[in-house]
Parts: sequence; C-alpha cells; structure tokens
Amino acid sequence: MTNAGQVSRGDFFAPSIAKRFAYVGVLAYLAYAAATLGLSLERIQQGVGHGVRFLAGFFPPNFTQSDILPGLLESLQIAFLSSLIGTAIAIPIAVLAARNLMPPWVSWIARLVIIFCRSFHPVIVAIIAVKAVGFGALAGIIALTFASVGFVGKLLSEAIEEISLKQIEAIRATGASFMNVIAYGVVPQVMNRFIGFVAYETDSNLRNSTMVGVVGAGGIGGTLFSAFQRFDYDFVAGIIVCIIGLVMVGEVLQIYVKRVFR
Amino acid sequence: MNTSAAAELDRWIRFTPAQRLARFAVFFGLVAVVAWALKTIEIIPEFLYDAPEQVVDMGRRMWPVDWAHFWPVVWPALVETMHIAAMATILGLIMGIPVGFLAAKNATPVWWLNAIARFILVATRSISTLIWALFFVAMFGPGPLSGALAIAFHSIGFIGKMFSEGVEEANRGSIEALQAVGASRMQLILMGYWPMVLPTFWSVALFRWDINVRESVVLGLVGAGGIGMALNAAIDLIQWDRVSLVLFTIFVVVILIETIVTQIRKRVI
Repeated sequence: MTNAGQVSRGDFFAPSIAKRFAYVGVLAYLAYAAATLGLSLERIQQGVGHGVRFLAGFFPPNFTQSDILPGLLESLQIAFLSSLIGTAIAIPIAVLAARNLMPPWVSWIARLVIIFCRSFHPVIVAIIAVKAVGFGALAGIIALTFASVGFVGKLLSEAIEEISLKQIEAIRATGASFMNVIAYGVVPQVMNRFIGFVAYETDSNLRNSTMVGVVGAGGIGGTLFSAFQRFDYDFVAGIIVCIIGLVMVGEVLQIYVKRVFR
Repeated sequence: MNTSAAAELDRWIRFTPAQRLARFAVFFGLVAVVAWALKTIEIIPEFLYDAPEQVVDMGRRMWPVDWAHFWPVVWPALVETMHIAAMATILGLIMGIPVGFLAAKNATPVWWLNAIARFILVATRSISTLIWALFFVAMFGPGPLSGALAIAFHSIGFIGKMFSEGVEEANRGSIEALQAVGASRMQLILMGYWPMVLPTFWSVALFRWDINVRESVVLGLVGAGGIGMALNAAIDLIQWDRVSLVLFTIFVVVILIETIVTQIRKRVI
C-alpha cells in the first residue's frame, strides 16, 4: 500500500544489528541475575509482613533520648574536619596530576594516588582505619579524608586540564615562577568550580559521616546501629528523621555558598 | 560635576557591599565551624601517636597475599556483587524515573506533587546504603535480595534528581507543539519529554551502575551479600592476608568498571 512519497517511521529509527544484540544480551544477563537473587512470592509476602510491623514500630519517632545530639555533632565534626584536611591534601595532588602542567611521569604517579583513594568505599577505609587507630571519630576522619582526596583530586585535576593555556603562557612570558603561574594563571580559572566541588564534597562527607559509625568510626551511625540491634525502632526512626533534617540543611547551605561565590 | 563622586567611580570595586558581606559571612562561618570542630572533637592522642606503628604492623600481616583464597570464596562473592549492582541499577531506574518526572516543575505543574517528590528524593538519598540494608535484612533476611533492594532505594534520590534536572532543561518548543495537537499528559511524557531525556537516561544508568558496584561492596558488612561478606569474614577471623586479597580484588574491579564506563561514554553518548 505504500506509495513512493511515504516512508515508514521505522526505516529511520530502526536500531542497528549490533545494538539489538547488545539489548538482548543485557536483558538476558538481567534475567539471569534476577534469578540468582532467590526471589519468591512467599518470601515477598513474608518480607512485606515484616516490613509493615517494622514501620509500625517506627511510629511515633522517639527524640527523647539524649545521645542523638552528641552523635549528630560528632558527625558534623567528622564531616568538616575531613573535608578541610582532604581538600588541603587534594590541592597539591591535583596540581601534580594535571597533564598540561606536569611531565607525564609526575602526573601518572599523582593520578594513581587519586585512583587509589577513589576506588575504596569510605566504609571499607573506615574498617581498616578502625583497626589501625581504634574506635572513635579519628577513624571516621581518616576514612572520609581518604575519600575527599580522591573526589576533589579527580575533579580539580580535570578542571585544571580544561583551562585555557593562553593565560598561562602570557604569565610565563613575564618571567613568573611556577608558583606565580599557579597563583595568577591557574587559580583564577578554576576557583569557581573548585568551590563547587568542595561544597559538594562537604555535603557528601556529611552524608557519609552518618554512616561510618556503623563500623565504629564515630558519629551518629554508631548510635543508630546499636539502636537497631536492640530493636529500639522508634529511636531508630527519630535518628533517621534527624539525619534527613541535617542533610537537607546541608544541601540548602551548599546551594547558598555556591551562589555567594558565583 | 562632583569631583569626589567621579573619584569614587574611578575606583573599580569588584563586589557590592552585600556580596562582600556574604563572602565574609561564609569565610567567618567556615573558620568558626572548623575551630569549634577542632576544639571539641574527641580524639585520644595515644591512638594518634600509635597509628603509624599499627598501620605498619597491619601492612606486614597483609603480606604475602593469600591468592589461593580467590577462586573458592572471593570469586563467587564478586559475581554476586555484580548481580546485586546490576539489579539495583534497574530497580533504581524503575523507581527513580517516575519520581524524577513528578519532581520536574514543567512535566508536573502541580506544586504539592513536586514537593512530595522532592522530599522523596532527598530522603532516600540521605539514608545511606548501609541503613537501607539494615532495614531490608530485617525484612527479607540476609542475602543478595536485601542488598539489591537497599542500593536500589538509596539510588532513587540520585537518579530522580538527575532526571528531574534533565526534564527541566527539555526544549519547550516540541512540548508546546504536542500540546497544540491535543496530546494527553501521558503522551506528553512518552512522546515529548522521554526522547529528549534519553541521553540523560543512558548516562545516568551507566554512572549509577558504576557507583552501585562500589556501594555494593559494603553491603556484606550487615549481611546483605556480595564481596563485603568475604571481607567481613576475613577481618573477623583476623586473616589479614585474605583481607588484602579482597581489597586488591575490589581495586581491580572498580578500575575495570570505570574504564568500561568511560569507553562506552566516549563511543556512544
């Protein structure tokens, strides 16, 4: 029935053979992965039953116990100190890792450090730190500092690699030393983005600092975990509400700081 | 022609007084907060001085790595981790995308739905994977199912946020064209917004998969399956040569996945 002027929509948007194979492969893998999870109707019914009882145990949330505030404050301390120390360590590493400023062998070593810091989840680092320096906030600070170095280092080194080299050349032409090139050529070009990364990093450290306590590295997470283990669910709900509140405040502050420095 | 006013104008000032005040407030707040944190944090000095010695001791115990442990224990746990990450990404996308559409002001012009969706996004994100995992282990018992659900729920926030931002940046022209021909709300989303956010979809899916592999590593600590179980068992039994094996495995896998994701991004997106 098709006449010469009419083309079906499928002719233009039909996926290529390779794409179709990729889709089928991904779907087959997902079906297989789903099968290995051990999902059954009975298990879901049982689980939902548990969940309902569980949620009922959450209400009303209990804020009366006195160890919420110290835990939250300790989380805040961990978040701020680790962001500060992590950023301070990350800046020189990021400069060393920028391929447009450094010879290849230097940037490779610095990039390896960044990759190493990035590839371990803060909680894994926290476990190791707890073994090394004992329970408490120090382990949490070490763990989150590690993560901050990876995160800020990666983003900052990428930002430095994207700067315009003309300004660097102009400053070099005046006979500026390396530190002067950094101060007057690089810093003005990456400052805005840098503030964005650090604000984001502090925000994510705040989030993670509520978690490292689960493995004994200080902060509200420890309180939460012990409340969980003694089935004190209304207290758990109270803590979670406080964490959500804290993270929301952090997000608002982050937006404010970014706006001030734009 | 007031000369002093002209002189004022000659002096170039980068920021208005309000801007300077805001900047000063941020700096002051930062210094105050750091000073407070340093002053009040509880750190036991002996632990700090002792740390280098302890780390060296731990490093010595981690060597030589117990490679023989890889195939019987670490490999199956690793495969389970990958399954958990894949399932969690799919479930997270299925749950996060509708919330993302509800949170986007242009796709859902109902303010209270926006507010609810935004709250869901923030709340799911601020409860960390480990805490979600505690819930689901209590509901469904230990195992990879609880782990996959935990990561899926935690990733709703990220996926939904990226999606709502993608939707809000969508081109209004084609949406208005669809509205002009009388498309229903569902048709607007499926025919108007969806094709425009498709690149966002792929990049978010890939990015989140990468993150989820990292996240699923820690699930084993609370019994929710994956390679974390192997790590936890090794730490509890003080088998440091096995701990180093698991850490090395995680390192290699994470780097591999990041390389794969970057390559796919470069070629396809």
